[in-house]
Amino acid sequence: MSAILKNESGTGAQFAREAINQSLEASDKVRFLRDMVRIRNFEERSNKAYSQGRIGGFLHLYIGQESVAVSAASLLGPNDHMITAYRDHGHALAVGMSMNECMAELYGKATGCSKGKGGSMHYFAPDKNFWGGHGIVGGQTPLGLGIAFALKYQGKTGCCLCFLGDGAVNQGAFHESLNLASLWDIPVIYVIENNGYSMGTSQERSSAYPDFLAKRAEGYNMAWDAFNGWDVYELRAGFHRAMQRAHNESRPTIVEVATYRYRGHSVADANSKVYRTKEEIEQHENLFDPITRWKNTLLEEGVITEEDYRQLNREALQEAEASAQFAEQSPWPAEADITADVYHEVDHQTESGLTGKHFFND
Amino acid sequence: MSRQIDYRTAIREALAEEIERDPNVFIIGEEVAQYNGAYKVTQGLWAKYGDKRVIDAPISEAGFIGMGVGASMLGLRPVMELMFWSFAYVAFDQMINNAATVRYMSGGLLHCPIVVRGPANGGTNVGATHSHTPENLFGNMPGLKVVCPATAYDAKGLMKTAIRDNDPVYVMENTKLYGELWDVPEGEYTIPLGVADVKRSGSDLTLVAHGRAVITCLKAAELLEAEHDIKAEVVDLRSIRPLDEETVLESVRKTHRVVVVEENKPFCGVGAQITAMIQEKAFDDLDAPVARVSAIDAPAIYSPRLEEVQLPRPMDVVKKALSIC
Ligand SMILES: Cc1ncc(C[n+]2csc(CCOP(=O)(O)OP(=O)(O)O)c2C)c(N)n1
Ligand SMILES: [Mg+2]
Repeated sequence: MSAILKNESGTGAQFAREAINQSLEASDKVRFLRDMVRIRNFEERSNKAYSQGRIGGFLHLYIGQESVAVSAASLLGPNDHMITAYRDHGHALAVGMSMNECMAELYGKATGCSKGKGGSMHYFAPDKNFWGGHGIVGGQTPLGLGIAFALKYQGKTGCCLCFLGDGAVNQGAFHESLNLASLWDIPVIYVIENNGYSMGTSQERSSAYPDFLAKRAEGYNMAWDAFNGWDVYELRAGFHRAMQRAHNESRPTIVEVATYRYRGHSVADANSKVYRTKEEIEQHENLFDPITRWKNTLLEEGVITEEDYRQLNREALQEAEASAQFAEQSPWPAEADITADVYHEVDHQTESGLTGKHFFND
Repeated sequence: MSRQIDYRTAIREALAEEIERDPNVFIIGEEVAQYNGAYKVTQGLWAKYGDKRVIDAPISEAGFIGMGVGASMLGLRPVMELMFWSFAYVAFDQMINNAATVRYMSGGLLHCPIVVRGPANGGTNVGATHSHTPENLFGNMPGLKVVCPATAYDAKGLMKTAIRDNDPVYVMENTKLYGELWDVPEGEYTIPLGVADVKRSGSDLTLVAHGRAVITCLKAAELLEAEHDIKAEVVDLRSIRPLDEETVLESVRKTHRVVVVEENKPFCGVGAQITAMIQEKAFDDLDAPVARVSAIDAPAIYSPRLEEVQLPRPMDVVKKALSIC
């Protein structure tokens, strides 16, 4: 079974007419395309680096899902925040992190966004309202709640978009978070990126649910919504509705987005064509690829030409290649860096940080 | 002005003073607000400071502590009450994978000024699920700070410092100490983390302890002096991490004999760490092997008669001291 929702609630053209999309300039639309293309090129290049042995650990590719992060990020105001799980490259680039810092992080270099201390699953950019990059399935869900709680506490009109996978919905911490979010009117939006699988387990084999995972919101007296994940207009319209609810009513929402990952769970996943059919993957790539569809939309609208698209791709390819060069040439962290960034007070050499023994290496 | 207040009141004063000092400080926990706290530590705070600053949480430790970690990343200073530290185990992922590591994994881009506090002790006949002493578990995690105050004076000063600290600080209190009266000055003071305190000075033997074991050691020191003419020095670690090694070593260099006492379990407990440290750094000063007294190594027993035996008593400390003196 694929994750395709076949949502009948609207057509692409209908969503395009919504105010949030009507207000878009041609340059915005091109930027969304460029961002998606950049994410894909970045990940293809990182995949190559991985196979060359340049990258350690896991590499979870977001290829096929780019529209979700890009559409969400396109709506963020100054008090809107994002947090996600380990499949985080798309979200990171979408909020404006650079390919260089992200690639260097994969290589474990000192110039990486986390100075080589977090790796693929742990990108952060607090200055861009992006709070990670979290490796424990479901572990980020209370954090997203806390970010939204803090906004409310500080009297700011904002929200936190907290992304999770279809496998993460069965974690206890997520359910605790849902209850608290609704009980305390916290402006958090849980975005289930339903790509149909948690590793090799299809959603049918992991979740007891009627038709939508997001429907679990009803048990917590919370609003929910579900939409297709391959059309930027539809995604923006859907996210916007939930964000309005958060901003205007300080109420949480669960949003379920039907999407699909073309590659394995991680690059190391040898079974990616065993637990699902080749036809299923091809169907998504051929019919529902978010980049192709958005490109076609922009061609139809006369916003871009085929040549513009080729140019975007070339630039993204070059940028990704340059980021790999950057990462390659960057220095490793120093051995002394192993014990830096553990304690804020120690790093800042405050009185607290200079009192007592914090590390027990000798 | 000197006055006596109990340990619980001292903590309450610390919380109230910090709530008044910093608008980012707030309390969340089960029964902390309208019920006035399961152990009455937060009594009166909700009435005084209201819904925004003192918040009753559902029974949802992973949810609300994780929420606090997230809120602290944005600059709030949540003080989370655990009804018992034993319940931290359902929130372990949030307290370790998140609180202790997000600063590191972000390369120092963020930090978590959160406090988690509550009682962490055995000795109250509530069985193994409610009697854990996890200071060694959390102390094992770089990124976390752990303090175990033994007196009301220390509890107040350490709590205020913990709330102002920019890293996660886990404060482990003791229900058996909540009612104990101590001299606590009026007005503002703080106690730095990572500074041990010599609670009694002596020349023949050093007793190193933390939490309620300090009180046990003070009683043992009296017995040793009265009955055996042994003058024991009692060093209260106060803070497990950061740790004040120097005060311990200084005492050892003076007395040449040590018993490390704890209500923690012996295997990889705090005492094991202190013992390893002493043999490594003061080997030549020792006239006897470092001795340890820990809780008897089994889950906390319920039977009131036997739980008393399971935790170190003054006579156990005396006996161990005599074996090396
Ligand atoms: C607590 C926990 N259990 C197991 C894992 C191993 N693991 C990592 S990702 C994953 C599958 C999660 O799938 P899903 O939530 O659907 O997200 P997706 O990978 O599809 O983006 C598993 C089992 C983990 N990281 N954390
Ligand atoms: Mg999935």
